[in-house]
Amino acid sequence: MSNGAILPLRLADVSFAAGGRTIIDGVSLEIETGPSTIILGANGAGKSVLMRLMHGLLSPTSGRIYWSAPERPGTPRKQAMVFQRPVMLRRSAYSNVAYALKIAGIPEPQRGALAHEALESVGLMHLAQRAARILSGGEQQRLALARAWALHPEVLFLDEPTASLDPSATREIEAVIRAFDSSGTKIVMATHNLGQARRLGDEILFLNQGRLVERAPVEQFFAKPQTAQAAAFIKGELPWT
Amino acid sequence: MSEALSTALELLVRFDPKLVEIVSLSLGVSLSAVAVATLLGLPMGAAIAVGRFPGRQTVIVMLNALMGLPPVVVGLLVYLLLSRAGPLGSLGLLFTPGAMVIAQSILILPIVAALSRQAIEDAWREYEEQLRSLGAKRTSAALTLLWDTRFSLLTAVLAGFGRAAAEVGAVMIVGGNIDGVTRVMTTSIALETSKGDLPLALGLGFILITIVLALNAAAYLTKELAQRRYG
Repeated sequence: MSNGAILPLRLADVSFAAGGRTIIDGVSLEIETGPSTIILGANGAGKSVLMRLMHGLLSPTSGRIYWSAPERPGTPRKQAMVFQRPVMLRRSAYSNVAYALKIAGIPEPQRGALAHEALESVGLMHLAQRAARILSGGEQQRLALARAWALHPEVLFLDEPTASLDPSATREIEAVIRAFDSSGTKIVMATHNLGQARRLGDEILFLNQGRLVERAPVEQFFAKPQTAQAAAFIKGELPWT
Repeated sequence: MSEALSTALELLVRFDPKLVEIVSLSLGVSLSAVAVATLLGLPMGAAIAVGRFPGRQTVIVMLNALMGLPPVVVGLLVYLLLSRAGPLGSLGLLFTPGAMVIAQSILILPIVAALSRQAIEDAWREYEEQLRSLGAKRTSAALTLLWDTRFSLLTAVLAGFGRAAAEVGAVMIVGGNIDGVTRVMTTSIALETSKGDLPLALGLGFILITIVLALNAAAYLTKELAQRRYG
C-alpha cells in the first residue's frame, strides 16, 4: 500500500436525485482523519445515500467528490463499508473474509493470517468454519465488520449497522467499532440512534431532507444545537410528521 | 393392458439387453446435451444477468421465448444444417448420436441460460452493493454469483435434462430412429406404440418417468440439505 492517505475526502456542492426526487441537496463538506464522524438524521434524511456517494457506490447528479489520493483500479481499496443488512456469501465465515482479501488482490499465502486476525478482532474465531448465512444477525454483522476490517482500511463507512439488532448484539457491534476506531481507522457512521451517536461519535453531521444543516462536536451538538431542526430532532420531535 | 404391464415389468427385471441399450443411448445423448448446454448456458446466463449492454432486454425476452422452442423445429433446422447438401453436411453427422446431441443441446440451451439468468440476477440484486464495495469487477462478481447460486442452478440444469430426455421430435428427425444406432427411449416408445407392441413401449415409458422423477427428487433433496447447511 505504497500510495498515500486517501483522506481528507471533499464533497463540493454534491447533489443526488433519483426518480425526480432530490435526495441529497447541495452538500459540501470535508472529512478528515481523526474524529469519528456520525451522520445523524431521521429516516429519509439521505444518510445512506450520502454514505454511498462517499463510498463510490453512487455517482452524484451534480457536484464533485474527491479523495486526496484517488483509488487506483487494481489496488486494494482503502475504504470499506458495512451495510445495515449484511450480505453473506454462501460459504463459511472464514471464506467470506478470505473472499474479500482475494478480491483485493492479496496473494493466497497471506490471506489465512489476515482472515484469522480479522475474525479474532470481532470474536468470531470459534465460528470460522460455520456457514456464514446461518449465523445469527449479530454474528453476521460482526462478520461483515471483520470482512471490511481485514485489510485495515483507512476509512470505514457504517450504514446503521445495528438498526436491525437486539441490544446485546448492538453492544458487541459497538465494542468492535470502538476498537477499530482506536486502532486508527476513520469511522463514518450513519445512525438515527442518539445514544449510539453519543457513545461512538466525536463529531456530528446532521442531515435534514438531504441538506447538511449542522456540523458540530458531539458535546456541543447535544448540549446546544445551533438549528431548530437539530434541536427538534434531539427532542424526538419530528417536525415533518 | 395388464398383460402389457406385466411384460413390461418382466423386461425391466431381467435387464433386457435391447432395453438396456436403448436406455443407455438415451441417457448418453441427453446427458451430453445437458453438459454442452450447461457449459454454454451458465456463463451466458451470468453474463446477461450482471452485464450492461444495449439490447439486453430484447435478449432476455428472446431467451425466455426460446424456452418454448418446438423440438421438431429444432430437429428440422439441425437436419438442414447437417444434411448432405447443408453447410455442415461434410461432417457426416446426420443420423448419428452426435447429431442428436447437437439438436438437444440447441433445444435446451435457452432453458438453462434463461433459468440461470433469472437466478443469478436475483442474487445480483442482493449482492451488488456488497461486491462493488469490496471492489469486485463485473466478471469476478459473475463468477462469485455462479458459485453462490449453485443450488438454484442445479434446478435450471435439471429442467434442461428433463426437456432433453422427454423430447421426441428433434431426435427423431436428426437421428432417424435407427435400431441399435440412434434409437432412444422416446423414439422407440413412439414406434412400438404405433406397431402395437405395448409392453416395450410401456416399460420404456416407466423407466423414463422413473429417471426423471429420481433426478428431480435427488436435486430437491440436495437443495433442501444445502439450504439447511449454507442458508
